[in-house]
Parts: sequence; C-alpha cells; structure tokens
Amino acid sequence: MSGGLGNLIKTLQIDTRLLGMVGAFVLIALVFHIATGGTFLTPRNLFTLTLQTASVAVMATGMVFVIVTRNIDLSIGSLLGIIGMVMGVIQVQILPDIVGFGSPAIWIITVTIGILMGAAIGGFQGWLIGYLAIPSFIVTLGGLLIWRGGAWWVSRGTTISPLDPNFVMLGGATGTIGVTASWILALVGSALTVWFLINTRRKHIGHGFAVKPVWAEYALGAILVGAICGITAIMNAYLVPTRILQRRFEREGLEMPEGYTEAYGFPISVLIVLFVAITMTIVAKKTRFGRYIFAMGGNPDAAELSGINTRLLTVKVFALMGALTAIAGVIASARLGSAGSSLGELDELRVIAAAVIGGTALAGGVGTIYGAILGAFIMQALVSGMGMVGVDSPLQNMIVGGVLILAVWIDILYRRRTGDS
Amino acid sequence: MSTPLLEMRNISIHFGGIKAVDDVSIDVMPGEVVGLLGHNGAGKSTLIKILAGAYAKDSGEIYVDGKKVEINNPRDARDLNIETIYQTLALSDNLDAASNLFLGREITTAFGLVDDTKMEAESRKIMARLNPNFQRFSEPVRSLSGGQRQSVAIARAVYFNARILIMDEPTAALGVHETAMVADLIKELKAQGLGIFLISHDTREMMELCDRVSVMKNGQLIGTERVEDVTEDDVLSMIIMGKKPGETVDA
Ligand SMILES: Nc1ncnc2c1ncn2[C@@H]1O[C@H](COP(=O)(O)OP(=O)(O)O)[C@@H](O)[C@H]1O
Ligand SMILES: [Mg+2]
Repeated sequence: MSGGLGNLIKTLQIDTRLLGMVGAFVLIALVFHIATGGTFLTPRNLFTLTLQTASVAVMATGMVFVIVTRNIDLSIGSLLGIIGMVMGVIQVQILPDIVGFGSPAIWIITVTIGILMGAAIGGFQGWLIGYLAIPSFIVTLGGLLIWRGGAWWVSRGTTISPLDPNFVMLGGATGTIGVTASWILALVGSALTVWFLINTRRKHIGHGFAVKPVWAEYALGAILVGAICGITAIMNAYLVPTRILQRRFEREGLEMPEGYTEAYGFPISVLIVLFVAITMTIVAKKTRFGRYIFAMGGNPDAAELSGINTRLLTVKVFALMGALTAIAGVIASARLGSAGSSLGELDELRVIAAAVIGGTALAGGVGTIYGAILGAFIMQALVSGMGMVGVDSPLQNMIVGGVLILAVWIDILYRRRTGDS
Repeated sequence: MSTPLLEMRNISIHFGGIKAVDDVSIDVMPGEVVGLLGHNGAGKSTLIKILAGAYAKDSGEIYVDGKKVEINNPRDARDLNIETIYQTLALSDNLDAASNLFLGREITTAFGLVDDTKMEAESRKIMARLNPNFQRFSEPVRSLSGGQRQSVAIARAVYFNARILIMDEPTAALGVHETAMVADLIKELKAQGLGIFLISHDTREMMELCDRVSVMKNGQLIGTERVEDVTEDDVLSMIIMGKKPGETVDA
C-alpha cells in the first residue's frame, strides 16, 4: 500500500488482513446484490445469513486453536451429528418424563450434557494425539467415521423432532431479543469498547510506551462503535411479517393496532457467536493457555523447554474444540427444530475453510479468532448468494473449492510481501 | 575446599546403542565459569540438557549446594534457578520478545490474565542493560537478527535470577561485536556470583573467559584443568587426542 492511505492504516494500527477480508465480503455482497436485483443486501437476507453462519462460526474459533498447534480436526461434523442426536433424544424422549414437558430445565440439562459430551470426546481424541502421538489427521479421520456411524445408531436413522420449544429458541429463527434489548446491548458494547481503548492507552502512557496520536484513537473508536451500531441497526431493521404479528394478537384475543410494526433484533444464536468470539479472543490474547497454544505452534520444542506441558495442552485444545462443536450442535439443531443423522455433514470442511480463509496458517503458530469468523461469513455469503442467483449446488461446491484455493494463494502472497513468513 | 554450587556426578545416558554421556562428573563454584570443550558429538549438549531437565539421565546424581536434587523436566531445573541458553535458540518465532522472555512464567493481572504491558515494560528494562540498541519489542522474534534473538534468550535466563547459567554455544551465530557483548555479559554475571557452564568451540575465547575447562570426547570426560595450569595447545590436544597433557594415548 502506498502514500496517504497506507500511512493512515499504519497510524490506526489496523490489521491489513482484516481490511482485505472486509473488502472481500463487501465485494461479494455487492456483486450478489446487483445479480439478484437488490435482494442480497437487505436486512432480511443479512439476518438469515448470520443465522446460517452461526454454527460454523462457533466451530471455526476452536479450529483456529487446533490448527495453530499444528493439528487438524476432521471429526467435528460427525461429532456435531452425534451430539445433536443425543441432545435430541434427551430433550424429546427422556427429560419430559422426568422434569415435565415444556420445563426450562429441559434445555439447560440438554445443553450441559451436550457440552460435557463434546469436551469428553474431544479430550479423548486429544489424548490419543498428545499422549499416544497418533497424528491428529488419523485420529480425527477415524472420529469422522466413528461418530457419524454413532449418530445413526443413536436413533436408527430416524429424525428426532419437534425439539423442545425453549431449546429451539437458541437457534435464533424463533428466538430474538427485540429492538430495545438489542440497542441496550449495542450501548454496553460500545461503552466497553471505548473503555478498553482508553484503558489501554492509559496503561501504555503509564509505562512510557509510544502511543497513537489522539485523533487516531478517536477515529478507531468511531469505526468500532459505528460497526457495532451499524450491525445492530441492520438486525433491528428486519421487521416481523404482519401475518405473524396478526396471528399473535389474535391468539391473545387482541386487535392489532393500525400500522403496528415490530422488529426481530439480535437472534440468540448470534449472541452466542458474539459471546464465543469475545471469550475466545480473550483466551487467545490474554490467558496463559492461549499464549502457550501459540508458543507451541511457533516452536513445540521451545515450548516444551520453557516448561509447557504440550501433551496436556493438546488434550485441552481438542476438548475445547469438542465443547464448541457441541455449542454449534445446539445452534444447528435448534435452527432446524429437529435432529437428523446427517446433521453437520461436511461441516468439518466448511470450518477448516473458514479458519484458513480467515488467515490461519496450516503450518501452525498463526491465526486469529475474528479472521475465522469473517472467513465463515465470507463462505456463507458466497454459498447463499449463489443459491439466490440460482447456481446449481454441484457448481456451488466447485466454486467454493476454487475460492478456498485462491484465498490461500492470496494469503501466501500477502505473507511473502509483509515478510510475515 | 568449599561446597560446589552445582555438581553432576557419574552421569550416563544412552540413545539406542550410543553412549552419548558415559560416567561424566563436572562441577561449578559460585562466581566460576567452567568451559565444556570437545568435538561435535562429544556429548556436551546432551550433558547440559540433562541438567536443564530436557533429557532424563540413565544414572548419576546432581547436587545443588551439596544437596541431592531431582531434575525430571525443564520446570524442575527452573525451580532450582538453573537457566539455559540452548544451542538451537529455544524461542517461539511467532511471539514477540516479551512473550518469549516470560514464556512459561508470565506476569498476570489480578484477574489471572497475562499482563503484556507489564511484561513489555520489564523486558525494556532488562534489555536496556543487556542490549541498549534493542528496540523491536512488538515484532515477532522471527524478524530479528541472530544477535537480537540471542539477547532475548540471554535476557530470559538473566531476568529470573539464575544461580546457575548454562550457555550452549551462545556466540556461534553472532558477529564480532555481538560476541564481545556476550563475553562482557559473562564476566558481569560471573562477578555477580553465578555459576556458569559455557560451551564453545573457540578455544582462545574459552581460555580467556573460563576458570576451568572440562574436555569431553565420545561421551567420556577426558579431564578438567584450571586454565592457568595448561596452554591452549594442551587443551587442543586433549580435544583431538583424547588424553591429558603428559599422558600417552594408551594409558
Ligand atoms: N535426542 C537424541 N537422540 C539420539 N541421539 C542423540 C540425541 N541427542 C544427541 N544424540 C547423540 O549423542 C551424541 C552426543 O551429541 P551432543 O550432545 O549433541 O554432542 P555435542 O553437543 O558435544 O556436539 C551424538 O552422537 C548424537 O548423535
Ligand atoms: Mg552441541
């Protein structure tokens, strides 16, 4: 990058890869917006897009850690399948008899069991990889076959539905928090962002480090707060269809006022993604666990010599991947309202692609959480857009495959130019 | 004679059929620099890796201040204030200087999160002493020069109040100026009372920096000599012939 713009980006200390990915997303969105005659960049479509991306995005954050430690996890699609199935059986066939149909305990117990199951299976795979030194590719390839078979076996191939109504809200299609709560969330988020910027600056000045010029801090704050409020505005602009509102008023025996409207606001599943993204970013950047993951990815011997137990670390990373897969399984099955034995099929490839498009290096040591989430959005935007334009699904797969290879090639060129290895 | 700061007694280890270290005993006093010399493959790195906790010995004992200690992993060694600068730089290339310096021993905030600002501030302080020209604190160490990387590795050993410092060919990858810097540092640390094991192929440098030199060949200790008692040629012949001055090869 040259001249003024390059300097501006440098002063603001914005990651150029992040800019590149946002640019790619905007480009894809604009192309489809034009190709679909103006239906891609609508609140309704963007809302749907985020719902569709949520489950892959959650898993992609875990895949970053897996790949950073020079491993891979091919089992997550099947793992999602079997966990989804087990959670389906628990909430539909077991819990209603114990705690009563419609009890809120159902979704809480179901989700807890699902996450524990994911962490246990992931941790076991991690143990095979870390302590028995079986390559992760093999262990999780085995897992891919084993857990998919297991998913079928849990229900003998039948689809379990309908799922518990409270549980289904977690998928976001029926569970949204409304306009007011969404704006409150945006305000809190903005306030925290500003506080974080001020606090970081104060700490740096306290230690006598160089800091950005004040105007750059303001600009950065404005961009971040603008992004938060912009996304909230989009979610709050998608109106609940009049038919649905009317039916709700009728059910309550009321007359719907003339011109009454209501918007959805943030879906619960998207809030889960936000929560996971923030937590995982803090884990990556601000905890010892995260620091050791990157240290191990950069130089496993150095990590070991620094007193880091890399075997145990491997177990933890895969257990975390399993737990996140369970959360993704909650979102995916809740969105569909059912759990079938093909749930999560091919998700491992989508998730790996998302992480890699998001700048995670397969050689290990490099990757960001926000990159993986953006990668997931870019992939989903591409798939949804092609669906809207009427591209056949075999051709869709071919194009996604090509884009994956292209993205990695661009990334290699980028790293070479920035000397970022 | 007073108690050695550290003593390794009758240490042996084998890899497959090779006796990499065969019944070797060495020791170091406070404020003393002991050099380890020998051809490539003599077993020097293996010996000090046992001390650093990177390898588990087959037999032998280790004493610190005359007390027997167990070193089963790198953490045990660190807990005994034994710090090591490895021949192949044990740095994570993708992390910055401060993260490497504090790797495994991060400073944390009250919430248990790593305190990067504090760690960078501490890194700046120690680097100001070791290598005042060093300024690249926020870049991954992969982008640093050999000398800069070496100063990060040394800073890491020095920062945590090492009592026993192991330096495995610390100057092998360095230029003349940086080598002189490391030599000055060794003298300073020696004056502070640290016990230092130094491995190097530069016999002249070793004669200047060390109080005693131990020569190894094929995993065995040929002998340990005070530098004032021997000439550089004596030491060279020990390395090459595998015999003490005055001995015949057959002895
Ligand atoms: N991890 C290992 N596995 C097998 N053999 C090893 C290992 N480490 C060292 N060796 C062998 O032990 C011997 C001593 O090596 P080393 O201690 O590196 O020698 P030096 O540092 O004196 O050059 C060599 O023959 C080497 O090949
Ligand atoms: Mg060596």
